[in-house]
Amino acid sequence: MAAVMPVPAASRVLMSGNEAVARAVWEAGVKVAAAYPGTPSTEMLEVISSYPDLYAEWSVNEKVSLEVAIGAAYAGSRSFCCMKHVGMNVASDALMTLTLTGVVGGLVIAIADDVGLSSSQNEQDSRYWGRFAHVPVLEPADSQEAYAMTLYAYELSEKFQVPVILRMTTRINHVKSLVTVGERNEYVGAGFKKEPARFVMVPGNAGKRIPLMFARDIKLRELAETSELNFIEEGSDKRVGFIASGPAYMHVKESFPNAPVLKLGFSSPVPFEKCRELAAMVDLVVVVEEVEPLVETELKAQGIKVIGKEILPLQGELSPNVLKPAIARLLGEPVTETTALAPMQVFPRPPTMCVACPHLGVYYTLSQVRNLNISGDIGCYTLGAGHPWNALDTCVSMGASMGVALGMDKGRGEADKDKRIVAVIGDSTFLHMGMQGLLDMVYNKGNVTVLLLDNRAVGMTGGQNNPGNGYGIHGEEAPRVDFAKLVSALGVKDERIHVVNPYELPVLFKTIREEVKVPEVSVIITDQPCVLVKDYHKLKPFEVIDDKCTGCGNCIDVGCPAIHVTRRGKEVKPSGREVDLAFVRIETSVCTGCGLCVQPCAPKAIVHHVQTSPIQLVTKGGCAA
Amino acid sequence: MSENTNILVVGIGGQGVMTATEILAEAAIALGHDAKKTEVAGMAQRGGVVSSHLRFGQRVLSPQITPGTADVLLGFESAEAMRWQHMLKPGGITLMNTARLVPPVVELGLFDYPEDPLAEIRKSGNKVVAFDATTIAQNLGDIRLGNTVMLGAIADHLPFGAEVLLDCVLKRFQRKGEKLVKLNRQAFEAGRAAVGEAETAAA
Ligand code: SF4
Ligand code: SF4
Repeated sequence: MAAVMPVPAASRVLMSGNEAVARAVWEAGVKVAAAYPGTPSTEMLEVISSYPDLYAEWSVNEKVSLEVAIGAAYAGSRSFCCMKHVGMNVASDALMTLTLTGVVGGLVIAIADDVGLSSSQNEQDSRYWGRFAHVPVLEPADSQEAYAMTLYAYELSEKFQVPVILRMTTRINHVKSLVTVGERNEYVGAGFKKEPARFVMVPGNAGKRIPLMFARDIKLRELAETSELNFIEEGSDKRVGFIASGPAYMHVKESFPNAPVLKLGFSSPVPFEKCRELAAMVDLVVVVEEVEPLVETELKAQGIKVIGKEILPLQGELSPNVLKPAIARLLGEPVTETTALAPMQVFPRPPTMCVACPHLGVYYTLSQVRNLNISGDIGCYTLGAGHPWNALDTCVSMGASMGVALGMDKGRGEADKDKRIVAVIGDSTFLHMGMQGLLDMVYNKGNVTVLLLDNRAVGMTGGQNNPGNGYGIHGEEAPRVDFAKLVSALGVKDERIHVVNPYELPVLFKTIREEVKVPEVSVIITDQPCVLVKDYHKLKPFEVIDDKCTGCGNCIDVGCPAIHVTRRGKEVKPSGREVDLAFVRIETSVCTGCGLCVQPCAPKAIVHHVQTSPIQLVTKGGCAA
Repeated sequence: MSENTNILVVGIGGQGVMTATEILAEAAIALGHDAKKTEVAGMAQRGGVVSSHLRFGQRVLSPQITPGTADVLLGFESAEAMRWQHMLKPGGITLMNTARLVPPVVELGLFDYPEDPLAEIRKSGNKVVAFDATTIAQNLGDIRLGNTVMLGAIADHLPFGAEVLLDCVLKRFQRKGEKLVKLNRQAFEAGRAAVGEAETAAA
């Protein structure tokens, strides 16, 4: 992640929405910023941590990160917290009380909605949290707006003593566009002033805060009516007017440059009068919003005639090629045939685990053990559900592998009577939400074998540090949790805790096979670093001796992307059975020498690579086309 | 509204598709254009499909390229160049690396890798120039130069001069020493020449 810190004020810089928010957080004089990584929100905190003069942390989960931000805001400082949409489900417990106490120093929560599901288990519209918690929602449409709205959100937050939600979507978080930046302003915090009637939310105190929240709603709606973030652009073609928020606004402008548009930047509470104003200007009003019909439903309840999800999709991203035909149909115009070719048929290319990934051996082994039901979790190891392993049966939400496994055990049907239940979880995920589930499993005497895959990083989001790897957000040394001791403290019997090397397949196989037979909770910890982090060291690469390879294909089942098939064949066994053969080669330049594929190769055809000639430095570039 | 230029860069996670697009964006900005860059990448780090969109011009609204409107498709891998053909506008051009990166699902025999992606693309009537960027980079001593070779390849297919783009490429390596600057200049020129030669041969 590029540090944008050295960029001087007033420069025009190409920034992603995440980078733009980070810059604004720094300029706003924020003192504390916290998050748990999650696509597409991760880079916000990553970039913030590259700025000086503020405290940044990777928290163990989103609820804790919000709590840290709340503490700082109570203490009078400006604070920031960000997360992906599913993270807010975790943090919501804190949010729903925060809305009553309010804040002293400004607190901005940036929520990144993964519209279009680039890497999430569901698609949800975080604007609902604004309605649910009665807090204002700002929706930028590009990086410049993300930057400006973040700065404004701090003012708004302090004026109304309310947390502000900045709702972003993948198309804001990861799109790079131009931003004109400013400079950092020091913000001097007020210090914590004791005020138990406000900060101690026992029922008696909370009850008195609720009417204040409703009064605040009225004031916020009045502000939304006059806010410059909500503006009407009059167009010449009055047949259809649009109400749009977030990146949907850009798609509307691109598709219908001459149509009147009400752009909602301050979209909650909804400015009803502004919407009526637009409605009065045009024949039809279409509300264009990603994903749910939030604004649309509220406008309809107000008796304002609008069209929305009747003609637009309830799922995924909007874009000009979704909007244009929908509006043409609405107006009874012919839908202009697109001149684009039909997509050509090409094989799918799903994401794979990395070459030499320490999870490869685990899934390979799991695929070799019979009679398992495997409950999985969120992380790189979710890819174990794919080929060639097919060794993961469920994935619900972060940390859920524990509870789901216990439920599968306790609720087993007749058909699963003899099945063994395995739960797979990563280190960061375990610390995020898994620990409580394991405790529950131990306490309630579950019969589950837990595989705790400690790869010393939050691998999926790019290898961020966490209490499992002994490094802080800036790469500095930090206390490292001892997983064996931790699970022991949660009540797992010491003889049921094993730490194994995931590259030693026979040991792994034996341990798993023995532990699944024991009718109580076992924890098998695999302890090898993710190949993307600095603790990983490459070894001497391997190659395949052609003459020795029998084409059994065993090594392919390990699933390492460095192994390639050179030719296929067929063989008739003495039994008369016909088997498929696949002869292989190893891409030596990427093989890290982990040794996994060597182990299932019976004829010992995989050996260390002997480099015969050093790479030639040829100065003239050849061309094969 | 004046027309935007739409460039689609495609490949596989880890090939440097996003960096290449970013450098193209920097060149456009250096010339005073407005620009937007976005990716469609499912967990890009892990061998999945990556497509990176760049739009530039006087004012860019939507960051995504609408299917059928890309001016140039820069393909880092053959099957990927084929996968994204529908994004090209009629008369648009594909510049593609002939390298084949075969994914595990194909190794496992679940799907077939297209026999001849280049021929498939030609069949569709679209204009295409193919060259072996990976070998060019290897011959220069480092497969990682492939990214710069690809940028050299697109250099003469932009609405601005190749020099601006080369400057943006080299700026990235200035801090890393003269040797890398020189190698990248060579890689850029080799990519540029490869496309030039292929076009002359086809003409
Ligand atoms: S030894 Fe085998 S499994 Fe390990 S990185 Fe090399 S090819 Fe992949
Ligand atoms: S496991 Fe050994 S014999 Fe079997 S395909 Fe792989 S290299 Fe060939």
